[in-house]
Amino acid sequence: MENFASLLHGFSVALTTYHIALMIVGVLLGILVGVLPGLGAPNGVSLLLPLTFTMDPVSAIILLTSMYWGALFGGSTTSILFNIPGEPSSVATTFDGYPMAKQGQAAQALTLAFLSAGFGALVGVILITVLSGWVAKFALKFSSPEYFAVYFLAFASFVGLGGTSPFKTIVSLGLGFAFAAVGMDTVSGALRLTYGFSDLLGGISFLIAVIGLFGIGELMLTMEEGLRFDGIRARVRPRDVIKTIATMPRYWVALLRSSAIGCWMGITPGGPTAASFMSYGLAKRLSRRRDGFGKGEPEGVVAPETADHAAGSSAILPMLALGVPGSATAAVMMGGLMIWGLNPGPMLFIERPDFVWGLIASMYLGNIVAVLVVLTTIPLFASILRIPFAIIGPIIVVVCFIGAYTVAGRSFDLWLALVFGLVGYLFKKLDYPIAPLVLAMVLGDKAEDAFRQSMIMSRGSLSIFWSNGLVGTLITLGLVLAFWPLVSAALRKRAKSDASSVIA
Amino acid sequence: MPKKTPWMIATAITVAVGSMAHADWKPTKPVEFIVTSSPGGGTDNFARVVQSIISKNNLMDQPVVVTNKGGGSGAEGYVYAKVATGDAYKLTFGTNNEYLLPYVAKLAYKASDLTPVAAMAMDEFLIWVNGNSEYKDAKSYVEAAKAKPQTLKMGGSQSKDTDQTLTSLIEDATGAKFIYVPFQGGGAAGVQLAGGHIDSNTNNPNENVGQWKAGAVKPLCVFSPTRLAEGPKVTADMGWADIPTCKEAGVPIDQFQMPRTVWLPSNVPQDAVTFYADLLKKVSQTPEWKEYIERTSQTNRFLVGEQLKSFIADDDAKNKKVFEREGWIVK
Repeated sequence: MENFASLLHGFSVALTTYHIALMIVGVLLGILVGVLPGLGAPNGVSLLLPLTFTMDPVSAIILLTSMYWGALFGGSTTSILFNIPGEPSSVATTFDGYPMAKQGQAAQALTLAFLSAGFGALVGVILITVLSGWVAKFALKFSSPEYFAVYFLAFASFVGLGGTSPFKTIVSLGLGFAFAAVGMDTVSGALRLTYGFSDLLGGISFLIAVIGLFGIGELMLTMEEGLRFDGIRARVRPRDVIKTIATMPRYWVALLRSSAIGCWMGITPGGPTAASFMSYGLAKRLSRRRDGFGKGEPEGVVAPETADHAAGSSAILPMLALGVPGSATAAVMMGGLMIWGLNPGPMLFIERPDFVWGLIASMYLGNIVAVLVVLTTIPLFASILRIPFAIIGPIIVVVCFIGAYTVAGRSFDLWLALVFGLVGYLFKKLDYPIAPLVLAMVLGDKAEDAFRQSMIMSRGSLSIFWSNGLVGTLITLGLVLAFWPLVSAALRKRAKSDASSVIA
Repeated sequence: MPKKTPWMIATAITVAVGSMAHADWKPTKPVEFIVTSSPGGGTDNFARVVQSIISKNNLMDQPVVVTNKGGGSGAEGYVYAKVATGDAYKLTFGTNNEYLLPYVAKLAYKASDLTPVAAMAMDEFLIWVNGNSEYKDAKSYVEAAKAKPQTLKMGGSQSKDTDQTLTSLIEDATGAKFIYVPFQGGGAAGVQLAGGHIDSNTNNPNENVGQWKAGAVKPLCVFSPTRLAEGPKVTADMGWADIPTCKEAGVPIDQFQMPRTVWLPSNVPQDAVTFYADLLKKVSQTPEWKEYIERTSQTNRFLVGEQLKSFIADDDAKNKKVFEREGWIVK
């Protein structure tokens, strides 16, 4: 109960009028940067960082983390309304969130997304409150083979689900890996696939790809289909929000499973993006309504959102205790910690308990504040869909390009976004899935690094992936998931031929 | 107010002429700090500390905007600075990678495309092992690596960067042979060592101090000619000054340090270079800078002008020798 006492002390630090005001400001700013694709949480937080130099560290981290929560919520908003994920981790939310919005259920989708996100975040925070000591030790068990196993598991649980042909999935996956490989390679220290273009030195930003593939690609399709959003007819009443809140308990299985996946991926740290894809994949396999997935199934919104935020909040712990940031935003915040004169590491918990527990307490409060703020803005956001396409379409184009430029301030990225827009349009026309490409782009280079580091460590022997119980279990689980579609198909065929031979 | 116009023009001309006549160059619009690492990295921390000191102490009238261009291990930032030739509003923050990167990768800039302004600190390198490791000193560790070549794992940041250069120097000086495992950065290499997944790393003090305090890793020796500055004890019985130099400990390498450098594009007015050199000099004399140096256990060494040029030439030659021996140089 020592942690509990520390937490209460933390609340006494965080629960002041000044800090609550900072949380509200942070959340609002966060939503603002979150709904602008490309600007996103990492950029938003680094823009705000200079303002915090003169603040005391607890207030500063409260402002920055609140902005982070706001940005995560804002990212889900654009995923659902416009099929443009504001953050890498909200890509999976588009799969069912956008179809829901198209069917006139934008308010329901947003409410579900925000509530499950809030739930996931709370589970994540509770976990790090109760298990702070244990979690940090557990994270130390992870080395390159374990990382590779975690990424492999994320791939395996998502890929092979497909409704489309496996061949198309492999093409999409392969393209994603190729895009991820562009730029400087950590393991060899050499440049790859840059063809002498200085603009490609930094690699292809995932955000540019998403803005093009989803945002611009989607707009081209909409234009072709006759310049309108199907959601226009939807009327948004505050009553819908309350009605949807009442349906939440129905998804308890998905909520708990996704929270568990999210916390696991946050700590290990596979990160929020891996968590949301994996959670969506497993929900689709295990749900009773699996046939509705991809066509506007509410559970397909609940699962990735819960896991995304559970991972996002539980990832703060490895950052504080080990000094390893789990996401780009966490990296910026860690830079902040050092400027405020704090050294992330195991001793931070002992040397600066007021800071650590103030932060953890503020995560409880910040997320509650964030959920309340975003819930009240739902009617506002959902009514955006009622604006005629002739007005909102060009605005989205402008926002997409501003976003693409803000990622790194390069005009080259504008062309890149346009090319990705064409690719996205062709993919949809030819019925190639985009999701495997995105997953490969986000996790591809990390998985590759982890694999090659493992091979250096073991001097080329694959047995390193079964060298201890942890990695062995993970990789075996991944293999089972990856080959399950083949096995089950074979079994079905066998059963069928048995049955037919009996008849014969 | 048409009547007032001639008067305003006259004033404007006086101001313009006045500032031209004044020999000192001064920024008249916001200055961009280009950071050649991603957020959270050592270079990022360096640039942002300088930014915070300038704004806290009002050392410059114009605001500072920090942008991260860390792609290609920082090459993205240097290429950006090369294209901005003549623009005295773009200050680039880096390390010795400015003149070392072009050796190991084919890049669209040459080391001479930027104007050196100052080196503000030297980051130190140490040999670290796991806290529970059987090795008590550098000598016994190196002997063990010699006895079982290619079995002990040395971790560090990406290939062909400072950590691997130092590993190569150790191997060359002692005859030991390690397996070098490149990670995404020093932070990751530090956690891998704390978790016992690798046997040692060559992290900078700042990258490992948190784990050292907790007893998860321990330092064996530091690659500097003299011991580090005395400071408060880090663990119960040891402080930075208690760590032997590697030469004392029997690893015959005098010195291996990484300068924290600041650059301007080419073809900028000499007055601008002088302005920034003076500004950075003022920064380095503040208590906040001293606090940063102590917290990160770097060596405070401020270099400008000829001193800086000869330091760069010397450091460049030393590293090039290793690159040549390892065959890393790209044609």
